[in-house]
Amino acid sequence: MSVTAGDEGPRSLWTDAWAALRQNRAAMVSFWVLAALALAVVILPGLLTFTYEQTDWDNIAMPPSLAAGHPFGTDSLGRDMLARTLAGGRVSLLVALVATGVSLVIGVGYGAVAGYVGGRVDQLMMRVVDILYALPFMFLVILLMVLFGRNIVLIFVAIGAINWLDMARIVRGQTLSLKNREFVEAARANGVTSARIIRRHIVPNLLGVVAVYVTLTIPHVILVESFLSFLGLGVQEPMTSWGALVNEGSQELETSWWMIVFPSLFLALTLFCFNFLGDGLRDALDPRDRSAS
Amino acid sequence: MLRFILQRLLTGIPTLLVLIGLAFFMIRAAPGGPFDTERQLPPEIEANLREAYHLDEPLYQQFGRYLANLARGDFGPSFQYRDFTVTELIWAGFPVSFRVGSLAILLAMVVGVGAGSFAALRQNRPADYAVMTAAMTGISIPNFVTAPLLVLVFAVAFQWLPAGGVGTPLHLVLPVVTLALPQIAYIARLTRGSMIEVLRSPYIRTARAQGLPLSTILLRHALKPALLPVMSYLGPATAAVITGSVVIEQIFSLPGIGRFFVTGALNRDYTLVMGVVVFYGTLILVFNLLVDLLYGLLDPRIRHNP
Repeated sequence: MSVTAGDEGPRSLWTDAWAALRQNRAAMVSFWVLAALALAVVILPGLLTFTYEQTDWDNIAMPPSLAAGHPFGTDSLGRDMLARTLAGGRVSLLVALVATGVSLVIGVGYGAVAGYVGGRVDQLMMRVVDILYALPFMFLVILLMVLFGRNIVLIFVAIGAINWLDMARIVRGQTLSLKNREFVEAARANGVTSARIIRRHIVPNLLGVVAVYVTLTIPHVILVESFLSFLGLGVQEPMTSWGALVNEGSQELETSWWMIVFPSLFLALTLFCFNFLGDGLRDALDPRDRSAS
Repeated sequence: MLRFILQRLLTGIPTLLVLIGLAFFMIRAAPGGPFDTERQLPPEIEANLREAYHLDEPLYQQFGRYLANLARGDFGPSFQYRDFTVTELIWAGFPVSFRVGSLAILLAMVVGVGAGSFAALRQNRPADYAVMTAAMTGISIPNFVTAPLLVLVFAVAFQWLPAGGVGTPLHLVLPVVTLALPQIAYIARLTRGSMIEVLRSPYIRTARAQGLPLSTILLRHALKPALLPVMSYLGPATAAVITGSVVIEQIFSLPGIGRFFVTGALNRDYTLVMGVVVFYGTLILVFNLLVDLLYGLLDPRIRHNP
């Protein structure tokens, strides 16, 4: 880090972290790639000639060709692969947002309460987490999807609900160390209620750890969704997602390589970038390295 | 030590009960039943069938019966494969799943630890970055993407390896590699991190100062402590490999247990799905326990007796 000794103004955790992150080229590139991808997924489908469910009867199972207007080719039903890949991206990124949000709310709430209340309640709550932690959740999610049909809300909730355990543990640990600090004691001495202390004083101080963890949860969530879609348990036709596209592509492997290659590339690129960004953020926010500047 | 094992077994039992309960009531809450066929069965026959399988009893009673049978090691008859018990089906599929899964973990350990140590020795040099970027790629590309892509390259384009099925050892190559790749990547990252820390510690510096050859330092002094985080990752790795096998067995048409899971759930084969859940759940719990015990043996700082 190149923060000089004469720097003026307060140095918050966030300005430090931002400076550190700016230095990490892989993380920055990942950040911009993801931003571009999100923009493309939101805006591009409206500008294309073909929609993701529209059949181009003249060009069925067509290899990629700019002249025909299908830069990624078409699938065996004549649907434009570019449009379908982007539509799949919408689902994947939406899942990332919603399911991560679900796990964030449950995890932070649960962990903060357990850590703040402490004592026997904490013991009990963490024992529950231990038990749930040992469950092979993927099996239960697959079961849930098979049994209750493909329902996009169910996917969001199910994926979010299995990912809050780590978050709860991390948040609890942080809360335990925060709750005995002076500012919390001062708030308590002033008669602030516990609920308000958790909301106003504990949770804001957890944001650093939580931010890192969220970035690392997102690729995991995307992975789970695409895994389910690959098994044919995710979103429903004609809507699609990257996992579903990879599945379709793997069935036409020997005739239409483009059907699997493009969705795979997008999926891998997205996961790759989120992982790099999360790593960079973790390095940037790691308090152990703060003094090194 | 004995107390620790007992304690862990005691927390394992409620975990298993929660798992069995969740799976049991989830399956039963789902619409449809095991005797739904395209041809409508006469109501009397269906009633008889339901009675024979005790499906006419109240749910809590069925659950009690299932637990009692389970305690005696009886998984019950399969609804879908009428002539087989679930135990027979699981034992028929397990050798295939086990061979692929254990080979994948073995491969992941060897290659992952090797690559991680290699990167640690060249920290912040091009070789390190190359290995770590490759590892990140390995983590980012899911099994079900690598599998068809590997088939496309090695089975379709070059025709070096069979695309699926069982038989020769060659049939195992693609499934094992596919399952191992993400685990190789995780293990390489873990090993690199811990190896860098170990190599900085004073006793390694002492060993270097005494002029021991690098290979001795690595193998005799550094490897064991550096392996600790890898050991504790083996539990989650097993779980990941088992989950992955559900997809891999489908793609490579392997006759293992994983494929029973999805088809069983689709056909409402209650006992078969429960059997797979219980079997794999127990396997993962036992494996986690073994890993914890092994951890204690490797790390003298952790002793499980109070």
